Amino acid sequence: MKRALVAVMLMAACRGPAPPGAVTVLAAASLTEAFGDLGHGTRVIYSFAGSQQLVAQVEAGAPVDVVATADSEAMDRLVRAGLVGAPKVFAKNRLAIAVAPGNPLRITGLGDLARAGVKVVMADPAVPAGRYAGQALTRAGVAVRPVSLELDVKAVARKVAAGEADAGIVYVTDVPAGASVAIPEADNVEATYPVAVVRASGHRDDAEAFVDRLLGPEGRKALGDHGFLLP
Amino acid sequence: MRRVAVPVAAAVAVALMVLPLAGLLQRAPWSTIGTELATPEAREALGLSLATSLGALAVSMVLGLPLAWVLARVAFRGRTVVRALVTLPMVLPPVVGGVGLLSVFGRRGLVGAHVGSLPAFPLPFTVQAVVLAQAFVAMPFLVIAAEAGLRQLDGRYEEAASTLGARPWHRFRTVTVPLVAPSLVAGAALCWARALGEFGATVTFAGSLPGRTRTLPTAIYAGLQSRPESAIALSVVLLAVSLTVLVALRGNWLGHR
Repeated sequence: MKRALVAVMLMAACRGPAPPGAVTVLAAASLTEAFGDLGHGTRVIYSFAGSQQLVAQVEAGAPVDVVATADSEAMDRLVRAGLVGAPKVFAKNRLAIAVAPGNPLRITGLGDLARAGVKVVMADPAVPAGRYAGQALTRAGVAVRPVSLELDVKAVARKVAAGEADAGIVYVTDVPAGASVAIPEADNVEATYPVAVVRASGHRDDAEAFVDRLLGPEGRKALGDHGFLLP
Repeated sequence: MRRVAVPVAAAVAVALMVLPLAGLLQRAPWSTIGTELATPEAREALGLSLATSLGALAVSMVLGLPLAWVLARVAFRGRTVVRALVTLPMVLPPVVGGVGLLSVFGRRGLVGAHVGSLPAFPLPFTVQAVVLAQAFVAMPFLVIAAEAGLRQLDGRYEEAASTLGARPWHRFRTVTVPLVAPSLVAGAALCWARALGEFGATVTFAGSLPGRTRTLPTAIYAGLQSRPESAIALSVVLLAVSLTVLVALRGNWLGHR
């Protein structure tokens, strides 16, 4: 019952304004800017959300054609349920420390996040970004007491950019170069972004074409321009 | 045609509002709901929400009741404007309220930037910020109900009390308060329930740290993917509280028909 309702609501949300033959793509929030550069000249409708949210939407039968998540765990769930075709990794991402404008507390690495008086925000461990951040801190041997566990990675970036928090752990692609401090290779965690065509898609050919474009030179350029690593 | 269309539309309207709640109850983990609610995370969220929503109700009473009195009894220029402004949080998206609170009380906000060294400041990420966010969103419910009660009050009762020699405070306590009590109770209950359910302004202004600022609605949202049973169990608690408040108020209203 609940699934039917969700599906009806999504149908109203997604299908309503879609021109016939347009491809609807569900994508992880961190892809917002990069996918924006990709959409020229083709009929593609994007819907961005946290990866866990995307999985729930596809499971509920949302009428979408392509799904791109920020971790393979989320995608594996859809693969196991037989809801999507074989996924392909199209991008990778790394973590960075976002710092408040001007970096007033002179944060230079993960170790500084444990200093007294440094307000650190992180994503909740339920979100891929929060899980990765926890892994990076463990690798660095740093114990942090965050002031907040935000509900998605963009909220972490926003609170730090607004200066409410002194630092936060986000993806490299979430912060402008000047507002972040790098995390050394040894402590960093790699996020992989898989994309797959939804089995129930009504536009299989167009959906495949979108995936090809994402994996091809055009997609690689858009992703590279926004700081993603390419497989 | 119209004879069919109207009842059908009404039935669809009821279904639209009731079905999601029924779906929630149907998905609830009834056999383990006790254990789900006894987990440290759930108990933290329940305790925090209870404390902060009562705090928000207290703030709303202390500040909102005098405001209701002024709006109902004092004629001044711009009263309509003030009335409209103080009810704005009822229709404003709560997230917008949260952004507004940050712009005033945040570390770089209008007020926050100048009082940073005072105790309890900066406010974001503190329990006080949760109470403030809840009061911001919930106070109008109390103000509106109390003001309506005060305005509908038949002034002749108070006049009669005065004529019979009652001093203002005595008159207020023995005549005014009992007459507006039903409105006050209704307003307070709605205010508290709204504070309990507050999500958008709280998460934007106060953040989301378990045991400190992660209230029930935030805990539900955060746990929906990773611990759905716990999230649904907490949802059922909020649903039950809301329902109890409304049923109790309904009884109250019926009694005064």
